[in-house]
Amino acid sequence: MSLMSALARMEAAAAGRAQPRATVRHRHLAERPLVLVPLTTAGEAGAPLGALVGTDRDAPELLVVPQPRDRDQRFAFLARLAGAVLPHLESAQDDVEFEERKENDPETGKKVTIQVELCVDAPQLLVPNAPGADFVRLLGRSMRFRRTAEEEPDAPYPAPPRVPLLGRWLTQYGERARVPGSALLLSMTELLARHWATGQSALEDQHLGALLAWIDPPDGLSGAEAALHAETERDAAGQLLCPPAGPATDPAFDNKLLAPAVARFDAGLHGAEEELRELIGSQLRPAWAAMWRGIDLLRTLPEGERVAERFKRDRWSYTAHRDRVRSGEPPQPRRDDAVTAAAKLAVREQAQARLEAQEALDDPLVMAERRLTGEAFAGEVVEVEMAWSDGKRPMPRPLVTLRTTDRPHLSEGGRVHRAVDEGARQSAEFVSGHGPGLVTLRLTNGMGRSKEPAPGTVPEQGESLCWTLFEHAPRGGPGLPEVEDTPWTHGGPPAEPTGPAPAAPAGDPTAAGTTAEQPPAPPLFPLPDPVTSEDLL
Amino acid sequence: MSAPPRQYDARPAGETAAPGVPLPGHPPPGDTPPGDPPPGDAATRATEAILHDTLHSSHRGIVVDSPPGAGKSTLVVRAARELAAAGRPLIVIAQTNAQVDDLVDRLATADPALPLGRLHSSEPHPYDPVLDDHPGVVTSARIADLDGLPVIVSTAAKWAWVNRETPWPHAIVDEAYQMRSDALLAVAGLFEKALFVGDPGQLDPFSQVGAEQWAGLAYDPSASAVATLLSHNPGLPQHRLPVSWRLPASAAPLVSAAFYPYTPFRSGTGPGDRTLTFGTPSGDCPADRVIDEAALSGWGLLELPARVTPRTDPEAVAAVAQVVRHLLTREGVSTDERRTGPTPLTAERVAVGTAHRDQAAAVRAALAGLSLPEDLHVTDVTVDTANRLQGREFDVTVILHPLSGRPDATAFHLETGRLCVLASRHRHACIVVCRAGVPELLDDHPSTEPVQLGVTVKFPDGWEANHAVLSHLSAHAVPWQPRQL
Repeated sequence: MSLMSALARMEAAAAGRAQPRATVRHRHLAERPLVLVPLTTAGEAGAPLGALVGTDRDAPELLVVPQPRDRDQRFAFLARLAGAVLPHLESAQDDVEFEERKENDPETGKKVTIQVELCVDAPQLLVPNAPGADFVRLLGRSMRFRRTAEEEPDAPYPAPPRVPLLGRWLTQYGERARVPGSALLLSMTELLARHWATGQSALEDQHLGALLAWIDPPDGLSGAEAALHAETERDAAGQLLCPPAGPATDPAFDNKLLAPAVARFDAGLHGAEEELRELIGSQLRPAWAAMWRGIDLLRTLPEGERVAERFKRDRWSYTAHRDRVRSGEPPQPRRDDAVTAAAKLAVREQAQARLEAQEALDDPLVMAERRLTGEAFAGEVVEVEMAWSDGKRPMPRPLVTLRTTDRPHLSEGGRVHRAVDEGARQSAEFVSGHGPGLVTLRLTNGMGRSKEPAPGTVPEQGESLCWTLFEHAPRGGPGLPEVEDTPWTHGGPPAEPTGPAPAAPAGDPTAAGTTAEQPPAPPLFPLPDPVTSEDLL
Repeated sequence: MSAPPRQYDARPAGETAAPGVPLPGHPPPGDTPPGDPPPGDAATRATEAILHDTLHSSHRGIVVDSPPGAGKSTLVVRAARELAAAGRPLIVIAQTNAQVDDLVDRLATADPALPLGRLHSSEPHPYDPVLDDHPGVVTSARIADLDGLPVIVSTAAKWAWVNRETPWPHAIVDEAYQMRSDALLAVAGLFEKALFVGDPGQLDPFSQVGAEQWAGLAYDPSASAVATLLSHNPGLPQHRLPVSWRLPASAAPLVSAAFYPYTPFRSGTGPGDRTLTFGTPSGDCPADRVIDEAALSGWGLLELPARVTPRTDPEAVAAVAQVVRHLLTREGVSTDERRTGPTPLTAERVAVGTAHRDQAAAVRAALAGLSLPEDLHVTDVTVDTANRLQGREFDVTVILHPLSGRPDATAFHLETGRLCVLASRHRHACIVVCRAGVPELLDDHPSTEPVQLGVTVKFPDGWEANHAVLSHLSAHAVPWQPRQL
């Protein structure tokens, strides 16, 4: 936690109300997000109990599994979930624009510009909290390898149509959510905690009700009182007034209400299913309302300038997944291979650096945090001295001196950057401090191609500037080998992708990919366990 | 956001669990129990075995574990020269530009006739200008300009951009334990065989984002290159260098026991082979007393009153600055086995190590604020974080303890490698500046990192190593009295 977040938390505790951590909204928020509040069965991972889902706050669809341990009912639930979620996730597939992309022509080997489709929008999925997002991932994992009767007519227990497809989409959304700054699948507690600091711990912020209580306490109550109320207040029957926002349920609910109701359902009593629907709905509705309250609160913040640029990357991700599904590719593998894992990590590290830079550039409050840690500084230009580089074609290298009260961690020759108009950047190198509070920089680019700098590109005396020590657009890393060229240090090329029914028996060491150059007695390393039917559930 | 540090051990579990048992491929026992044969002999035998394997082994990889200051760079230089002499072109893959420049400089100094390539970036000032003084060194940002040279050196990041149809027959990967698995993945196609050299006790590589989803996979991209290499190729020969030439006799036993419990090493020098004395007598202030203690025993602990402080604890930073000031002003003189006469303790032989960059910045500011005379060159004192001090060597180090003044002991501050780097940079003495109460803090914060299936637990954990170091330091403690009392 940065010093400023700690201060904001203390101020929130003192004021009895959450304090802003941002002046703009740093994540894309769709006009029509699909809200999903899932519940799971205690003691059995991956056994859904019910869900509220929908894009209309006044008309959520309630899905319930009356006996969560009944696999048939579970798949009936998943089929209904597919019916509720897939139309939304697929809704933006056909509305495309065209982007230019450079690609190597496979025949000539030359770079050619091609037109590729990019979906104009990417549907958004919102869940209450991080465990909710994990649950989406788990559901995706449990569904994407299933086969429908159409795909495998002879296999027993076929999955309902569209369930495997939903699994692939949820897996895609769950993986994308691990990319910092992405917005396809977001959790409400993380969204709210990014924008407000409460007077409680980060752990306590994971309770959606308590978090909202701090951000928007009801009249007459402080944030701390309202949060305590949300966490602990129970009705006469001992039930929480603000049940947890899933996927876990409150034990008191499980024991006193749910278990007897399920027992009545199992006994085949009349009306038991209706009663269960009502019970599970009663646990979900407060979280549903809280989700939309959170959305309202987030909508009060204007969207950050660079949010759309980041969301465009989500659209690329969405479009690429659409293309993979349409081209009939198999579902995402159970585990990433070495090359895919490294590529994903590289993308995420770049996204993290980009997110940190863009949030600071979009938001003076975030920039203040970076200034406080010496990673940026703001100041007024007190002197500009024209100078030129040596060499045959002298280029402008003016010296700009700023007066600042910040204390940036600059060292001789260190590079700094600032945003200029229209998304452009200018860089400079640190020359040396002329004295306390003075920083002299030598501008190194962004001044046009001629000997005299283009008008407006060199700051003038009296101008206020903000320079950062971090890059604004971190560069991507180098390419990785193709999967089939995985080197010997990483186990060689992986075996043929194992689908639900592995073609070759896993565990065959030759399938690990040995090459002719390898020394005799190729080292055996333990292969993953063979796929069993449990893996697919 | 910093990801929790990952704990990996390159060795298969069975090996760490059996202390004292020689590992397959290791030099024969006899060099491990410190004290018996002359250290030079043990080191020579280890080096010969490594070079023999490098030149003649049929294995595609050889791993060499090197404790701090055990002659890793010397080994790399020698292996590179012998491979080149055997007519096998090779590439050397290091992790930072400073390491690359240092290696090229050493190689060119050792063998001025050997044509060397230094592949560098296209940024301004891409390499140390000292390389221009070596006639045998060719520098270029394009691999095509260097093609055909017997030895080409660059960073892993730069090598990853190189495309070549035919791989080089050999490579040397330096600081392989600090290289991430994904960085090795990007360059492993460039060579047929490789010698991997590194220090398993230093800081593990880390990732800025969470990588838990791959934990336990043999090729976890955030693991160290050696961890991945050995889990896919468990039969590779593993060697280690048994003697630290840097650490004095006072430091090697502690560093070995605290950080390398199952692969002990010894100091190349005995007690009394090195001395550190001061021309100006002690002024009986805490800084002088802790300096005297460290000069005599190799270790000093300047203990400030217990207190929870911000990271840039002004009092501790001022104490560090005072210690540095007294080190520089008291006309220190050191003698050791390397140099013939006494050597003055100058600013460039002193370093200050911290855990965080803002702490380093605060110390730098405090040193500048001392207004010491120009001729002491206080700006030559290296002040940096553990990460950046890796691989460096000084006569005296002053370290701000990573847990000093903290309310909690996080995985970052407990990381074994961090303390190991800080406590193993010196040839003569190490002075630790710390708030009291760290042992209690450690007891209040046992390790709570989740245990990941399939990930070998690394020993020792930071908790245990911290306790071992502190209990040793407590015998060399000097209390710091604030001036106004």
